[in-house]
Amino acid sequence: MLERTGIPTDDDLEKVIPDKKRLAKGPVVIIECFQKIPCDPCAASCKFGAIKPFKDINDLPQVDFDKCTGCGICISSCPGLALFVIDMNYSNSKSLIKLPYEMLPLPEKGKDVYALDRAGDILGKARVVSVLKTKNKTNIISLEVPKGMAMKVRSIKVEDKNNER
Amino acid sequence: MKETDIAIIGGGPAGLSAAIYAASLGARVTLVDDGLELGGQLIKQTHKFFGSEKQFAGIRGIEIAKKMIQDIKEYDNVEVIANATVTGYYEDDVITIVQGVNGDIFKKLKANRIILATGASENMLPFVNNDLPGVYGAGAVQTLMNLYGVVPGNNILMIGAGNIGLIVSYQLLQAGIKVEAIVEALPRIGGYLVHASKIRRLGVPIYTSHTLKEVYGTDCVEKVVISEIDKNFEFIPGTEKEIKVDTVCLAVGLSPLSDLLWQAGCQMKYIPELCGYVALRDDNMKTTKDKIYIAGDVAGIEEASSAMLEGQIAGLNAAVSLGYKCDNYKKQDEKLKAELKELRDNPLSEKIKIGIEKALINEGRD
Repeated sequence: MLERTGIPTDDDLEKVIPDKKRLAKGPVVIIECFQKIPCDPCAASCKFGAIKPFKDINDLPQVDFDKCTGCGICISSCPGLALFVIDMNYSNSKSLIKLPYEMLPLPEKGKDVYALDRAGDILGKARVVSVLKTKNKTNIISLEVPKGMAMKVRSIKVEDKNNER
Repeated sequence: MKETDIAIIGGGPAGLSAAIYAASLGARVTLVDDGLELGGQLIKQTHKFFGSEKQFAGIRGIEIAKKMIQDIKEYDNVEVIANATVTGYYEDDVITIVQGVNGDIFKKLKANRIILATGASENMLPFVNNDLPGVYGAGAVQTLMNLYGVVPGNNILMIGAGNIGLIVSYQLLQAGIKVEAIVEALPRIGGYLVHASKIRRLGVPIYTSHTLKEVYGTDCVEKVVISEIDKNFEFIPGTEKEIKVDTVCLAVGLSPLSDLLWQAGCQMKYIPELCGYVALRDDNMKTTKDKIYIAGDVAGIEEASSAMLEGQIAGLNAAVSLGYKCDNYKKQDEKLKAELKELRDNPLSEKIKIGIEKALINEGRD
């Protein structure tokens, strides 16, 4: 359970993942934010009004998935690094995940990294499609993963031969 | 003797906010801080802040500090006395200040109002060998790592899954240090769950209902034994785990740093929800002493976002009480108080709200 382990459960996730029809249409944000805390930058970051304005700063974010273009601008706005963009329509066999990353070294475009699940376990290797460096230093990594892993992969591990501890 | 309108003690988020607000209304402000530079804990915070878009949310703590320090510099009516500790408050409104690395400069300052924003001190945990080198408080780890670029060790056990334990664990991971585990005595993670999730997905286990049993080592920390605990916080035999670490980091809570308030004779009350003894105060942040205001963690352990609002409320009201004019005072005052209320209007702040209710008085009188 999330409050004991830090890992959201399937029940938690069900509430924030758009339906299959929307997922099939292409990139869309998934906000893995399950706790009422005073925080609202995601709504302000969205230029399309897809993340609805907060009535109360403590509300959970609400997404209008039809308005979401999957642009990913919101990803780096979240102090909790809880926003991901998933494109189930990326190719026949692969999905694309955009995730926030604040570790060094940054992965290299075109190289493989380890794909980690929400518990930090390695699910396999995945190709880095792009590395977007942002001004606020929450960089955005786009990762190509097998379709079946799209709802599981949420982090990466970069092998760093120069800095093994 | 030097005189000032408002002496603000502590240059963290609360003190800086108070100074900026009071100075903007024309008050002569003297800001006394014990750090080598202003900013308090903000300058160690490399993570983005939560809170309202209106109040720095999404900005990293260190950037917030830079902005406020820059703002302070714009005011000629603010004097900063850095690297200085206020050692006493006297009835004739004089505070004594010891300044310098060796504390060999002694100053006195007469202040018409005092805003105490001294923050908090870290709690210690009793366990066998807690005096071994390698046992750190989370504040020391942050200072070493984020201010001076020195890593405290290679393999760390973090004690405490409140926001500080979670955030410092994340910062350690960013510094390339292995965080072996986070243990938390309570059955639930106390900090923001998004912080917990982002650490967990980097492979750090979080053991709730667990605590540190013993630390082993001859000259420094070599390994730890953690154990599961039951509802009564008693060790459950057979659940021990041994972990090889060279560093133990304690993030087991903070206590308001209220010594000066005691000495000044403010009416104090032990309020567990606010994590210790705090001064009774009205909603302008004025204590039972008419000239003394409080803001930030010294008023009750909370977040930097609320500390900044409390600082602004104290700064505004202290300045106005001296006769400085604020256009739309009532509106400004209400706006700040409404924002503070809004920040606390969530289930995680329930305890804070109960605590503040206990600490609140209608009129700040002796």
